Amino acid sequence: MPFALTPERERALEALLPKYPTKMAACIPLLHLCQDQQGHIDDAIVEFVAHRLDLPPAHVKGVVTFYTLFNQHPVGKHQVWVCKTLPCALRGSDNVLRQCEKKLGIHAGETTKDGKVTLRTAECLASCGTAPMMQVDKEYFENLTPERVEEILTRLTS
Amino acid sequence: MLTRSEYLTKVYAVEKGWTLDEYERAQTALFGAPEGGASGGYRGARKALGMAQADVVAEAKKANIRGRGGAGFPMGVKWSFMKPHPTKPAYLVINADEGEPGTHKDRTIMEQNPHSVIEGCIIGCFGIGAHVAYIYVRDELHLSKARLEGAIAEARAKGYLGKSPFGRDYPVDVVVHTGAGAYICGEETSLLNSLEGRRGEPRLKPPFPAQAGAFGCPTTVNNLETIAVVPTAFILGCEAFSKLSALHKIGDGGTRLFGINGHVKKPGIHELHVGVTLRELIYDVGGGVLGDRAMLGVIPGGSSTPVLLPSEVISAPDEKSPMHEWHGKNVLDVPLGVDTMRAAGTMLGTCCATVMAVGTCPVLAMQNLMSFYHHESCGQCTPCREGSAWLDRVVEKILDGKATMEELDSLHDIANNIMGNTICAFGEGTAMPALGFLRKFRKDFEAYVRGERKRENARLVLE
Repeated sequence: MPFALTPERERALEALLPKYPTKMAACIPLLHLCQDQQGHIDDAIVEFVAHRLDLPPAHVKGVVTFYTLFNQHPVGKHQVWVCKTLPCALRGSDNVLRQCEKKLGIHAGETTKDGKVTLRTAECLASCGTAPMMQVDKEYFENLTPERVEEILTRLTS
Repeated sequence: MLTRSEYLTKVYAVEKGWTLDEYERAQTALFGAPEGGASGGYRGARKALGMAQADVVAEAKKANIRGRGGAGFPMGVKWSFMKPHPTKPAYLVINADEGEPGTHKDRTIMEQNPHSVIEGCIIGCFGIGAHVAYIYVRDELHLSKARLEGAIAEARAKGYLGKSPFGRDYPVDVVVHTGAGAYICGEETSLLNSLEGRRGEPRLKPPFPAQAGAFGCPTTVNNLETIAVVPTAFILGCEAFSKLSALHKIGDGGTRLFGINGHVKKPGIHELHVGVTLRELIYDVGGGVLGDRAMLGVIPGGSSTPVLLPSEVISAPDEKSPMHEWHGKNVLDVPLGVDTMRAAGTMLGTCCATVMAVGTCPVLAMQNLMSFYHHESCGQCTPCREGSAWLDRVVEKILDGKATMEELDSLHDIANNIMGNTICAFGEGTAMPALGFLRKFRKDFEAYVRGERKRENARLVLE
């Protein structure tokens, strides 16, 4: 089925285009708009973006496959990212990840059976001074303690 | 020498410090009441836009602002590369794709002092002859993007952005653009490709961005902190700003944000005059090493800068060397500057130090970083794509006790074959820290190969 944006997102797209001298420059922001709506990017979205921005579908597909944050497969309702890079690792991110895996009953890279949460590891999220940290959807949680992690995950899964 | 300042950070502690009202209040508190009872805000931009356009770059050069993104290139010199094009517009692009492991400074500016960025963009645009600035923010930083958008809306409402900022007929606009999760997009030409809606693969240079950058037009790419300190420099006078630094004489001026993280008691971001030493940063600012342990090593400015041991000394026996002043001194007692750290065999990088205490396994630390570079290599150049993967795999093998001495030695070859053989500096950014760990912790690597140490006992976090 062809993909279409909601009227509100369609207006966001209209506001986006005049910001750039080329239509192509709206490619990444538009893909974000589409992903916000559907959760992941499939071929219908690739066709839609290509059509709206006058680009070859292969160009859009190339962009989608380059960037980590474009989901090429369906994901859970909530996204949990645990930063695992050195400054966080020095402050105990391994323990945070283990706690998440145990509580959610899945490994990093997997989604809970009820489709609620996808757990992933992330490379440096620029919170080294407040490590360890995790990102839940669009929000950062920093200076994590086991109690805080427990509280965040309980809220997500209940 | 440790001297604190709060040109950028004064509003950090203020409630709603990111609003225009608080920004203007802070400028008045820092620099006194504005002349003629005018509004207190955006005073640097007012001053710059009151100057002849050609004088702005000349003035900016005097500030000796070294690029805050890692390479340390003088900002004013970079601006001077911009020449008016007969048909094409010019662009200012701000690099806020902060993602270098250990670096956490730009995010604090965007979240807590976004107006300094917008004001810096106005001055930068005017200086280089651009009318639009694009701020490229990594997608994960949603709060940063919201705060920047908020600041842009406030500045537009006041007329600071728009057709004639501060009564001068010179339109300026600022646009926030978002990435989609790629460390490589912090490399300037890769960032430009990403901004244009392409895969974020670095471009061959030349042509340099000043000749053909964003959308094929002359472009200056500045780090976000670099542009955020510009208003301060213009308000104080660029030469006076430069002189705040103890390294003013060797062309490294002003104040900057210093980060401290890893095994220290008080991690965080601090605004200090350039000239502070690593020892002061770690012990006086950072409160010392966790558990009062001894230090194993420190990565001075982001994971691509080679690790330093606390026992290292500076070697600059030549009396003509600008570094001779520190010849024979411990590396921890040398002022942190772009050139001083280069002389110490490492780099100042992004100026956010990661401290590792004794008890940390350096082999595991290197493995952590190599898996990062393996994941983030864009894959365009073979030596980097394959080399970063091999570095990751061989260090894994060493940790598992399955590697031979030949394989340990092969890490040097792999790293050396990446260096200089790639389009962008990511290759060096991978190989240099790898070689640093290998040279400085050779005995630890050998202990794993000989089976004297086991992975299950290796730790990064202190017990």
